[in-house]
This record gives sequence, C-alpha cells and structure tokens, in this order.
Amino acid sequence: MLDTNKKLTITFSEEQEQLLDIATSFARDKFPMDKARARIAAAEDFDRAIWSEMASLGWLGIAVPEEFGGSGLGLAEVVTIAEPLGRNLAGTPFVSTTLVAQALLKAGTSAQKQEWLPKICEGAIGALAIVEPHGDWNLAHLEAKATEAGDTLALSGTKTFVTDAASADLAIVSVSLGGKPALVLLDKAALGKAVLERETVIDETRRSYRLKLDGVSVPKANLLDQAATVAALSHVDAAACLLLAAEACGGTSGVIDVIVEYLKTRKQFDRYIGSYQALKHPTVDALLALEAARSHLYYAAGVFGQGEEGEIAMRMAKALSSDAIAFASDRAIQFHGGFGFTYDCDAQLFRRRGVWCEVQHGDAAYHRRKLADLIF
Amino acid sequence: MSLTTQELDEFRKGVRAWFEENKPADPGFLLPLSFMEVGTDEQFYFLRDWQRKVYEAGYLGMAWPKEYGGHGKPQALQDIVTREMIRQKVPFMTNTIGLNWAGPLILNMGSEEQKKAYIPGILSAEDIWCQGFSEPDHGSDLGNAQLKATRDGNEFVLNGSKIWTSLGRHAKYMILLARTKQNTNNKYEGLSFFLIPMRIPGIEVVPIRKLTGEYGFNQTFFTDARISESCLIGKEGEGWQVAMATLAFERGAVGGQAGGHAMMSREVAEVVALAQTAQRAGRPAIEDPTIRDRLVQFIMEERSMMLNSARSKIKALNADRPFSIPMSSKLVGSEYQRRMNQFALSLQGANAAYYVGDDLAYERGQWQRSYFNSFSATIGGGTSEIQHNIIGERVLGLPKS
Ligand SMILES: Cc1cc2nc3c(=O)[nH]c(=O)nc-3n(C[C@H](O)[C@H](O)[C@H](O)COP(=O)(O)OP(=O)(O)OC[C@H]3O[C@@H](n4cnc5c(N)ncnc54)[C@H](O)[C@@H]3O)c2cc1C
Ligand SMILES: Cc1cc2nc3c(=O)[nH]c(=O)nc-3n(C[C@H](O)[C@H](O)[C@H](O)COP(=O)(O)OP(=O)(O)OC[C@H]3O[C@@H](n4cnc5c(N)ncnc54)[C@H](O)[C@@H]3O)c2cc1C
Repeated sequence: MLDTNKKLTITFSEEQEQLLDIATSFARDKFPMDKARARIAAAEDFDRAIWSEMASLGWLGIAVPEEFGGSGLGLAEVVTIAEPLGRNLAGTPFVSTTLVAQALLKAGTSAQKQEWLPKICEGAIGALAIVEPHGDWNLAHLEAKATEAGDTLALSGTKTFVTDAASADLAIVSVSLGGKPALVLLDKAALGKAVLERETVIDETRRSYRLKLDGVSVPKANLLDQAATVAALSHVDAAACLLLAAEACGGTSGVIDVIVEYLKTRKQFDRYIGSYQALKHPTVDALLALEAARSHLYYAAGVFGQGEEGEIAMRMAKALSSDAIAFASDRAIQFHGGFGFTYDCDAQLFRRRGVWCEVQHGDAAYHRRKLADLIF
Repeated sequence: MSLTTQELDEFRKGVRAWFEENKPADPGFLLPLSFMEVGTDEQFYFLRDWQRKVYEAGYLGMAWPKEYGGHGKPQALQDIVTREMIRQKVPFMTNTIGLNWAGPLILNMGSEEQKKAYIPGILSAEDIWCQGFSEPDHGSDLGNAQLKATRDGNEFVLNGSKIWTSLGRHAKYMILLARTKQNTNNKYEGLSFFLIPMRIPGIEVVPIRKLTGEYGFNQTFFTDARISESCLIGKEGEGWQVAMATLAFERGAVGGQAGGHAMMSREVAEVVALAQTAQRAGRPAIEDPTIRDRLVQFIMEERSMMLNSARSKIKALNADRPFSIPMSSKLVGSEYQRRMNQFALSLQGANAAYYVGDDLAYERGQWQRSYFNSFSATIGGGTSEIQHNIIGERVLGLPKS
C-alpha cells in the first residue's frame, strides 16, 4: 500500500523556470488561435519556420545527453515546453520527435544514436509508429511483423496515428520479430517505400498518417537493441503519457480562458452570463480540476522514471489531466450556447484536442485501473 | 535563519519522539473532531489541557514573536510540528479561532496593548476565543450583519444576536462584527470590528443541538451589553475590511497562523483499511473493481491537496492565477472530506444504517458521525457555494452573481 502520508515535494529547477517562461511567450506569439485554424487548412504538415526556431532554441535536444548534441536535461524540462504549446493548440512534431529520441536513447545501438540523435537536436523530424489498427493501449500487442531475410528485415502490417509521418526524417516502428517486440528505424528512403495514408482524426491540428509496411524492408542494422525493447516501449509509453498530460493541462488552461472571456462579454436577460452560477460554478470546478492536474503533472515530471513512485505519479497525472480537459472543453461548448455548436467557436478545437489527449496512451479509467493494481 | 535539511531532520526526530511519548491516552469518551464540535465540559477541559501541554513544550506559536509568548523561530519548524501532529493523529488544538484567525489578525493589525493582552492566552489556551459573525437572518450575507453597537460616550452598547457560535460556552473573548451606523450608502460602511469580553452582563450563550445529536455551537444573545471603545480593532466603520482580513486567515488563504491542526480529518488510508475488512459477496470489498476505482480517485484527490500546497510555493508555477490554490484550499479540502466520508458509509453494506451507540455499528459509528460533522466545514467559514462565487469572481474575474 502506498504511504498516503508521505510528504510530497515538487522539484522545479531554474532551467525549468526559464524554459517555461520562454515557451509561454513563444507559444503565445507563434500560435495565436487563428494560426491553429490556418494550420488545419494548410498544405504543409506544420510550419517549417517555427520548427527551425524551436530547433535553434535547443528544444529538441533538451532530454538528449550532451555527448549527442543535446543539453542533457530531462523530460521534466520538456514538460515545461509541451504545456504552453498545448495551451495554444500548437501542432508541431515536438512531442513525437522527443519520443523518438527517447526510444533511441533507451534501445538504439551506439551507431544509431551517433547518427540520429545529433540530427534530431538540429531539427530532424521524428515520427513514432507504435500504435496499431486494433487500437489497444497495450503497446506489446503487435500484429505488424518483421521477418529476417538475409541481411534485411522484411516488414509487414499497419501502424496508425503516426503523426507528421509525411515530413519525417526518421520513424521508429514497433513490430514483432521472432515473437518478441522489436523496434525498427526507418529513414526517409525506407519511409518512401511505405504507403502513407493521411488519416482523418478528431484533432484537426494534428497531421496523422497510417503507415502501411507491407513490402518495406530495411537493413538489419536498422533494428534497435531487441533486448532493451520492452523497457524502451514502456519508457516511451510513460513519456508519452507525461507529455500528453502536459498538453492536456495546457489545453485546459487555454479553454478556461475561452470560457471566461465569453462569460464576461456575452449578455442574456440584460446580465453577463458569467453572473449566472449555473455557469460560474462549473467553470470554477474546471479550474480546480486544472490546478489538481497541474500539481500532479509537475510532481510526475520531477519523479519521472523513479520506479514505482514515478509510474504512480505519471498515471495519476495522465488520468487527472484527461478528465480535466474533458470537463473544461465539454462545458466550453455548452456555455457558448448556439455559437458553441458551430465550427467557428474555438470550444470545439479544444474539445477535439482534448479527446486526442484523453484517448492516446490510455484514458483516465485505464490508468486508474493500472493504479489500483499498483497500489492495492 | 535558514536551516539545513539535516537540522530539520534532527528537529523532526525530536518532535516525533515527544508526541509519541506525550500524546494523551484515549480518554474513554468520544472526542470532538474539530473546535466546532466541542460539546461537553469533559471534552473541553481535556482538549484545553492538551493544547497547554503542547504550547509549554514549545510546539505551538513557534513562529510568533517572543514578546507575546511565541517562540520567534522559523515557520518551517512549526510546519514540521503541525505535520507530525496530523501524522500521529493527536487531538487538535482547541483554541482554533484564536490560533488561526483572531490571533493572526491581532498580530497583524492590533495595537501593542491588544497584542500583549491577548496573544499569550491564545497560545496557552487560557483564553478561549469565539467568533460572532453569523446572525440568524444573515449568514452568507455577512456584510448585512445587523447586531447593533451603539456608541455611548467611550462605550458601545450591544443589542441583537449572533448564532452558530462555536466554543461560545467556553470563550473568554469574541471577535465580533457589529453595526455601529445605520442608514449608510451601502451595507458594508456601517460595520465595525471588536475584540470583546464574553463574561459581562448582557451576554447570554445558549447551546444548540447539532445534527449528530450532540452539542457544539450556540446562539449568543446581547441585551444592553456594554463594552469599552478600546475593544475596537481597526477603525470604527471599517469593520468589513477587518472581517475580510479575518476570513482570509480563517480560510487559509493567508499564512501567519500559530500552527497545530484544527480538525481531525479522516484520511484515505483509513477508507482503504475499511475496504480491506468490509465484505462484498464474501470477499474483501477492496477486490471489487468499482470500489478500487473509487478508492484510487480518492487517493489522487488527497494527493492533489498535498501537491497543490507544494506547488503553491513555486512562484513560476502560479504565474497565471496566483491566488487560485490558496483561495480554493478550503473548498477542495472540505468537499473532499464530505464525499470521502460518504463513500466510507457505502462500503459498510446494510450495517451502514447503524449509528453511534449500536454495537453492530462499524468502528463504533465513527464514520457516520464524521460524515455528519464533515458538513461543518462545507458550511462553516463560508459555504462551498459562496467559495465558488469567490473563486469565480476573484480568481477568474467573472461578473458578480
Ligand atoms: C443545433 C441547433 C439548432 C438550432 N435550431 C434553431 C432553429 O431552428 N431556430 C431557432 O430559432 N433557434 C435555433 N437554435 C437556437 C437555440 O434555441 C439557442 O441556441 C438557445 O436557445 C440558446 O441561445 P443562445 O445560443 O443565444 O445562447 P445564450 O442564451 O447566449 O446562452 C449561452 C450560455 O449561457 C447560458 N445561459 C443563458 N441564460 C442563462 C440564465 N438565465 N441562467 C443560466 N444560464 C444561462 C446558456 O445555458 C448557455 O450555456 C438552434 C440551436 C442549435 C444548437
Ligand atoms: C458547525 C458550524 C460552526 C459554525 N461556527 C460559527 C462560528 O463560530 N461563528 C460564526 O459567526 N459562524 C459560525 N458558523 C456559521 C457559518 O459561517 C454560516 O452557517 C455560513 O456562513 C452560512 O450561513 P447561513 O447558515 O446563514 O446559511 P445561508 O447563508 O442562509 O445559506 C443557505 C444556503 O444558501 C446558499 N447560499 C447563500 N447565499 C448564496 C449565494 N449568494 N450564492 C449561492 N448560494 C448561496 C448557501 O451556500 C447555503 O447552501 C458555523 C456554522 C457551522 C455549520
């Protein structure tokens, strides 16, 4: 049983403070709400100019050791960037690229790390292909396959929710090899041989692709260390949860601003609708849910990777942030009345983002179930 | 003065040992769960002796100034003591109003004389304080308080009634919000704030029975009760501002309290233990997936409060809405307690319908009693609905209701 009496502390470093500050202004300047809408219609997967700026700020190498060109910090620092980006509904390959680097760090061969990590730090785009059409949150449930054929691995099967794959310089793909999970690196050439189909996803600020592997083969040297793969997958899963929690907290904060703005300006019955407690009190509840989720998020960031405590904290952050954004963005639609039902109202953008954050890498109930098994 | 981790750890060890050795044995009667539930004399004297003992050991008012009976030490030490008291579930500090809001208020804006006169007795529990804010017709609408304080030379004459006066029967002093001027432009202007003696002619305290069947709060009647003008704190006519400052201390939105805990809160670990012994279809309730899910939610909530408090100390993580966490802690904590107690009943099967006094009641009916008592915090000190209004208006900037 968990020691519920243990004093919990949140560590927040000077680096985190600086990054949070810079990322908050950056996100506000670069991703105003009209940008999110423009991106939905844009041809490019994301804005290359902004991406280069993010790379030159060093954000892609934050959690990469210095020997590979990164700054040697950790995911706790990445959280401080993901949160403000989420608040402004930024659509960038920041999270997927970070996760690809994490996969390489955990299971990449030294040649793969030497080759790819410095490139990632400089702005190479990484796509993560670890989800499959069955939609199971258990990442070890693999139907995509690799079979050895001489010096190459022949791949087959389909991966889903591969964001920004069309622009990616490399992808990390999970497959089963000899009945066990394996990770394979696909460079641009290999990706070119695969079939990429644009997916229609609920969060239109994201560019998501289906990656069909049939007929693709890669040199065996592109296999990551299979002995480290199970651990790497679970690390990437946990890191994804942490960063999704950060995006969800950011999104919750953003949508609360949207609600408050409307409640302060819209009048009905000659009164601002924010004066009605039927709207005011649930808006406060959304704020309380945000504060709780955010406290869990920064705690989880601080203890990330630290055994069972790290896992418990990460799952709690994911569960609570999922519920927080669900509630806030759902109420945002309702509180805008007829306008809330329109495509023009920003509430739907946040609701769509919310659903994405909730259901990727396990929803709240899934993580609570895992927590129960960890705790009791 | 800043202390090293090692010094803090040393200190904690000493504190732990002291409370282990000195915490009172079970008195053989039910103890109240907070200052709002002190119903009998035996409960009161027991708790008062305990507070005095803690104070004399140097563990209360540690960060309050020495010249008024405090110990002039860093707040961090007091925080360690308070946490340890909660951890060991020792009885709470019964002079809650004095320690947590009347005292800080006096230290903050009282005259030198008032500080000298009142602070030492607050710490030693020699002088119990009560609070005269609510009236029968004006509770949430505190600014509409109508108890009259009519000036007569250098005295005021009090007429009217205050209600829900916790600790009223034992109190030597009261913080009182009264109306010194009628027909003002707005309801707030005519109010003044007093520190008054309770044991004077014209004040009568009548106990009121609570929903649990026990006693705890009172109605206080004032009939031509005379007090000196030196009882004023803050200026005449500026009582509303003083009342607001008091409420900020009371709700924990502002620090400066003497320390020690004020309430025997139930903890999720106790509910988990209950779920381990309670049965569902012949199996421990804790094996039921729906119950596990609820328990996990309560564990997360309990951690939320701890983590909110940790995060509230990191300025950069509160940049958007700096008062959000401190202003919501009372609401979050009290509603959590209420729901968790309610859930604890639901674990007890049909026997949840027993109450204190029946030998088949689970843990002597403690949960039923603490569930009822949990409403003291969702209503007292400003109801949860009022807290929602305050947070909506002051933190989010929403228009007034
Ligand atoms: C799909 C759809 C189809 C529609 N079709 C038609 C149609 O064919 N013809 C037509 O005439 N109308 C139609 N409507 C309009 C619908 O009736 C209005 O949207 C609805 O009455 C709300 O008014 P509003 O949009 O102005 O929101 P508002 O009145 O501005 O409300 C905004 C928010 O404030 C809340 N609110 C407002 N006043 C109060 C109050 N006093 N107390 C508490 N909360 C309050 C509301 O509940 C809401 O959450 C349609 C709406 C939708 C969504
Ligand atoms: C155990 C206990 C101990 C107490 N001890 C003391 C004490 O020592 N000294 C003291 O002065 N007072 C004390 N109180 C009183 C307490 O502060 C009041 O009960 C509280 O402020 C509510 O006032 P009321 O009882 O008049 O309820 P009302 O104000 O009449 O409220 C009734 C209901 O209406 C709701 N309501 C009222 N106004 C609004 C609004 N604007 N918006 C939405 N909902 C609203 C309330 O939330 C509540 O649910 C105590 C109360 C309790 C329960």
